[in-house]
Amino acid sequence: MKKLLLGNEAVARGAFEAGVKVATAYPGTPSTEITENIATYDEIYSEWSPNEKVALEVAIGASFQGARAICSMKHVGLNVAADPLFTVSYTGVNGGLVIVVADDPGMHSSQNEQDSRYYALSSKVPMLEPADSQECKDFVKQAFEISEKFDCPVILRLTTRIAHSRSIVELEERNECGLKEYKKDINKYVMMPGMARKRHEVVVKRLKDLKDFSNQSTLNQIEWGNTDIGIITAGISYQYAKEVFENASFLKLGMIYPMPDELIREFAKKVKKLYVIEELEPFIENHVRKLGIEINGKDLLPVTGEYSAQLIKEKLLGQKTEKEETADIPARPPVMCPGCPHRGIFYVLARLKLVVTGDIGCYTLGALPPVSAMDACVCMGASIGMAHGMEKARGHEFSEKCVAVIGDSTFIHSGITGLIDIVYNKGNSTVIILDNSITAMTGHQANPATGYTIKGETTIQVDLVKLAEAIGIKRVRTIDPFDVKEAEKAIKEEIQAKEPSLIIARRPCALLKGVKYKGAMKINQEKCKMCKMCMSLGCPSIVDKGDRIEVDEALCAGCGLCTRICKFNAFSKAGEQNE
Amino acid sequence: MSKGYNILIVGVGGQGTLLTSRILGTVAINLKQDVKVSEVHGMSQRGGSVVTYVKFGETVNSPLIEAGETDVILAFELLEAYRWIKYLKKGGKIIVNCQRIDPMPVIMGKQKYPEDIIDRLNELDLQIIPVDALCIAKSCGNIKAVNTVLLGVLAKHSGIDKKIWIDSLKENIKEKFIETNLKAFEAGYDL
Repeated sequence: MKKLLLGNEAVARGAFEAGVKVATAYPGTPSTEITENIATYDEIYSEWSPNEKVALEVAIGASFQGARAICSMKHVGLNVAADPLFTVSYTGVNGGLVIVVADDPGMHSSQNEQDSRYYALSSKVPMLEPADSQECKDFVKQAFEISEKFDCPVILRLTTRIAHSRSIVELEERNECGLKEYKKDINKYVMMPGMARKRHEVVVKRLKDLKDFSNQSTLNQIEWGNTDIGIITAGISYQYAKEVFENASFLKLGMIYPMPDELIREFAKKVKKLYVIEELEPFIENHVRKLGIEINGKDLLPVTGEYSAQLIKEKLLGQKTEKEETADIPARPPVMCPGCPHRGIFYVLARLKLVVTGDIGCYTLGALPPVSAMDACVCMGASIGMAHGMEKARGHEFSEKCVAVIGDSTFIHSGITGLIDIVYNKGNSTVIILDNSITAMTGHQANPATGYTIKGETTIQVDLVKLAEAIGIKRVRTIDPFDVKEAEKAIKEEIQAKEPSLIIARRPCALLKGVKYKGAMKINQEKCKMCKMCMSLGCPSIVDKGDRIEVDEALCAGCGLCTRICKFNAFSKAGEQNE
Repeated sequence: MSKGYNILIVGVGGQGTLLTSRILGTVAINLKQDVKVSEVHGMSQRGGSVVTYVKFGETVNSPLIEAGETDVILAFELLEAYRWIKYLKKGGKIIVNCQRIDPMPVIMGKQKYPEDIIDRLNELDLQIIPVDALCIAKSCGNIKAVNTVLLGVLAKHSGIDKKIWIDSLKENIKEKFIETNLKAFEAGYDL
């Protein structure tokens, strides 16, 4: 049967067909849909783990006990999971272990553009890279074969345009491969120096075997065409290049680590001019150069941003395309949705003119105008550590004008340790958890603070208040972010307190099922004094028309936050009297 | 259609363009064509400008459509129609839903929303098909069926057998919503 699948759905299907028993992940664009789709198969145990490190450790445990396991994450998630990665490379596996990492060239939804291929190189773990959805499925299955044959984890690397493109996939049946026998073996599974030294030798030998495999494997293929131009490429770049150089010869790498040296040499010998086309860093290029082969690559192509057929035409063939920028068009940056619970807190933070350390989630949008209430955002959980560091740099008084804001899921991911640091090292900082009862930015995934599992079953819910109390925070309070007066009072009191404070601002995401505000707002023009206080909310449904303020009824969620801001009582529910 | 068929779906994050692209993908499969659909997920979906690329053909490599290579643009919002217009082929078709959603710079009064978009489009060498899809969807009893209204308009102008469209629609929509969506599709088709 043929189906049109997202690259991520195809990875999930591949895991199903490969007989995977355990699948773990922390959500992150562009990888989220992998595990969301795996969760629809009853044959596979799946979970949202608190973070990528835990996710990989769970998958490692499953593998040691003989199950096939898969663990998925976005590129920056692999930084979090890097610790177990480097050592599971030494231990190897029992049941096959595949780690999926999705890079985001062009940063559609990320804070950096790192190239995860270097993780394969530095951890000595093989890496495959598919170029469409069919390959996503096929490569997952081959990755499991490689993992078990060579006793190593295998990384499958995707990029956004592979993960989030649909193409046709031929579906097959599941191969129920069962559990492998587990044998206790401390020399393989307990990595103390004495054992690890021996295992490192095994890893080096394994890498040689993998290189031989890479030279023989159908994962790497030469497509002979005209030999005037030869192109070495992989993943989505292959598709772009194929569109530009229809008749050229291609060496398409499916296994990008270790690379097939013999095949590269053979290919290079037979073509006149050689290009390497790859997004981000010169990973393939540097390797080919190391083999003593002359090529063009990053001397002509950028290391930043996404590629396209158009860009390749321009940079390699000098074909300038007319780039007529359509003049005077307003940009449309992303915004917090109408009804977003974060809007109340950011309104208050902007009013108080505080230094705000931010974190990763929808609320990072609080940095943009008109709210502009964020000073820094680096990585998951960093808001808390940064606030503490700022205070330590500038002295105790600084904590009176600084707060950290972090989402519920991000707090569980890696905010807890930062909070413990503040308590332990006698900080004063105030941390605000923006608890919207869901992991929202990635499209609504459950997390340990929601009380639901990936399958929607109820489970024990982390009690954030008790957790904070248990680590030694005495000042913990829960507020409604839409009660702006109370929120302002709470924040003012807590930043002045001479000890650490935690404020939990709790209101569910407006897009969640069950959140129904009913009916749009309207504005009474006679009451409106054009003070524009409501405009500082940055609500997409309140529009400044120059001579008056209007509510866009088609967009308005009816949350009523504007009624709490307006001093002249000009807002009311459409249909209600406002006299 | 022999040399491929490129459709760009543009709009504002949250307008529900994903179902439309999925149905279009099914149409391609039912036509025994190769197809790729490139979607946007994550941060840009939060009220930002979004674009979905749909490419039919014998073999489709890049999932992206380059400027000047689109046969039809299906625009869910006026300003977004104008923003992506350079992606249309000379003489290509643009189906525009007349809904207007103000972006943040306009909301804040920093920039003006161009009031004459339809006029500007009319000056260019292309076929423009304006549709009040919101109004039509309402009259069909489902305000959320804006996308199926627009799909009906696209079907009419595609030269592809209507039955294939209806089969593809049925394959992608839940049983209980099929009736209102078929009504919306027909309303778009009969415009």
